Amino acid sequence: MHPAPSVILFTTLSGLGFGYLVFLATGAVALSGWAAFFAWGLGYGLAVAGLMASTFHLGNPQRALKAFTQWRSSWLSREAWTSCAALFALAPMALSDWLDLGLPRPIGWAGAVLALATVGCTAMIYTQLKTVPRWNHWTTPASFFAFALAGGAVLAGQGWLASGLCLSLGLALVLQFRLGDHQFAARGETMGSATGLGGIGPVRVFEQPHTGPNYLMREMIHVVGRRHARKLRLIALLCAALVPAVLCALLPPMVAAVTAGALHLTGALAARWLFFAEAEHVVGLYYGMR
Amino acid sequence: MTCLPGKTAKSLGLVIDLDTCVGCQACVTACKGWNDRGAELLPDENPYGPEPSGVFLNRVHSYEVTPPDGPAWIVNFPRSCLHCEDAPCVTVCPTGASLKRAEDGIVLVNEDACIGCGLCAWACPYGAREMDEARGVMKKCTLCVDRIYDESLPPEDRQPACVRTCPTGARHFGDLADPDSAVSRLVAEREGYALMPGMGTKPVNRYLPPRRKGPGAAPVLAPLEGKATGLAGWLDRMLGKL
Ligand code: SF4
Ligand code: SF4
Repeated sequence: MHPAPSVILFTTLSGLGFGYLVFLATGAVALSGWAAFFAWGLGYGLAVAGLMASTFHLGNPQRALKAFTQWRSSWLSREAWTSCAALFALAPMALSDWLDLGLPRPIGWAGAVLALATVGCTAMIYTQLKTVPRWNHWTTPASFFAFALAGGAVLAGQGWLASGLCLSLGLALVLQFRLGDHQFAARGETMGSATGLGGIGPVRVFEQPHTGPNYLMREMIHVVGRRHARKLRLIALLCAALVPAVLCALLPPMVAAVTAGALHLTGALAARWLFFAEAEHVVGLYYGMR
Repeated sequence: MTCLPGKTAKSLGLVIDLDTCVGCQACVTACKGWNDRGAELLPDENPYGPEPSGVFLNRVHSYEVTPPDGPAWIVNFPRSCLHCEDAPCVTVCPTGASLKRAEDGIVLVNEDACIGCGLCAWACPYGAREMDEARGVMKKCTLCVDRIYDESLPPEDRQPACVRTCPTGARHFGDLADPDSAVSRLVAEREGYALMPGMGTKPVNRYLPPRRKGPGAAPVLAPLEGKATGLAGWLDRMLGKL
């Protein structure tokens, strides 16, 4: 699949933002006054920046409000609802921390649940697609949740907890890479089943339907980036998970939050780029390309 | 509404005969002509430049299939929306722009509601949806909904443009929910099949397989035994003796 910058930024930044908001909302970091203002500002900033980035992917962003209508069937619509609900529900807690209003913590817990639900809906937008076997697997939501929690814990300076979550993220990534490599073949679709001609004998492309590439090929068949997949997997694993795990365990919270946070974001972007670039859509079978 | 209607009163769709399709691309052109209407509704980017690219609702592939007992066959393969019963392109749509009609099962995009997120194109296994990047809305086969019910057209024209134009009669249009319809009988007779049933989309359209050609029908020709005459013949005989 085409790794469009808008969707990479959308999933990475909003995932990190909502993950961080979970830690702020549950009171895992006790902040008040201006420190709380900036921390909540960072969480809201990341989440909102991600959501804004997603609108750059749209052909008609001025109609984006219509995306709230189909929550009964569509994960994308559910994501629109949960993200807005989370940002709305967390506002009292943010104000309370900033202005020392002393609101009870459980108010924040509700917001935290909505923030996690948002991450889950984002993951399901991709997981639901049977057409992309690499995504259509439990490792997709597992890695989205692992990214949100690990990234949130790193930014929130959670020390050993952050280290542990980073290591779980590492495990989720390894599983996602490893199992993902087999999913297309396991789904069992081939040029033979795509055309229904496989029962006669081996099928080969004789001639493409058009002399030039088209939207389908640009969007669903992305081969350029796969060349460096191995190196990028290593970069993602080291930057997003393993090195931050060490930094969070050894450095003082504030220093760890900044250094490990920056490193984690770099790794997360690399991982998300791969998430798209490595995903193969079954429509490629018609073109003899994946 | 992007929830599926469940059982539809009719299941209008196409039956495509891979035995008769000659890959002439007439259906591609007719589709483009009817749906573009000269108003760039199916735009072509850079049509006369070095890298032309355009939106098509129907594309004709060509495959080479090699049976175990004979030479390869060329199979021309038109690919367009199959108006699936369990259309994943409809349920993923966040805006309600994608819909499946309860009355005839046609899957359509309401362009006024489409935000151009492209998710429906990702959800379709068959590559049946293409984005109009100029307008930012999704395009797909409408089964010529604006022809088939138009009573101002002569009856023979009240069918999809691709079906109407096909010079070999390889495309058939009708109600596949009715077991007695001509298309359903054709499917039963010729063992028509669905594409990628494993994707769970339950396509309405059916493909009729190319007919088996017997092993003796097209024997591989033995190389011609050339017998040279004249000067070449004399040279041939002389050189043979050396
Ligand atoms: S062929 Fe594709 S676009 Fe058409 S109904 Fe099926 S899934 Fe949707
Ligand atoms: S591109 Fe349009 S029709 Fe397709 S899912 Fe998005 S809003 Fe719906």
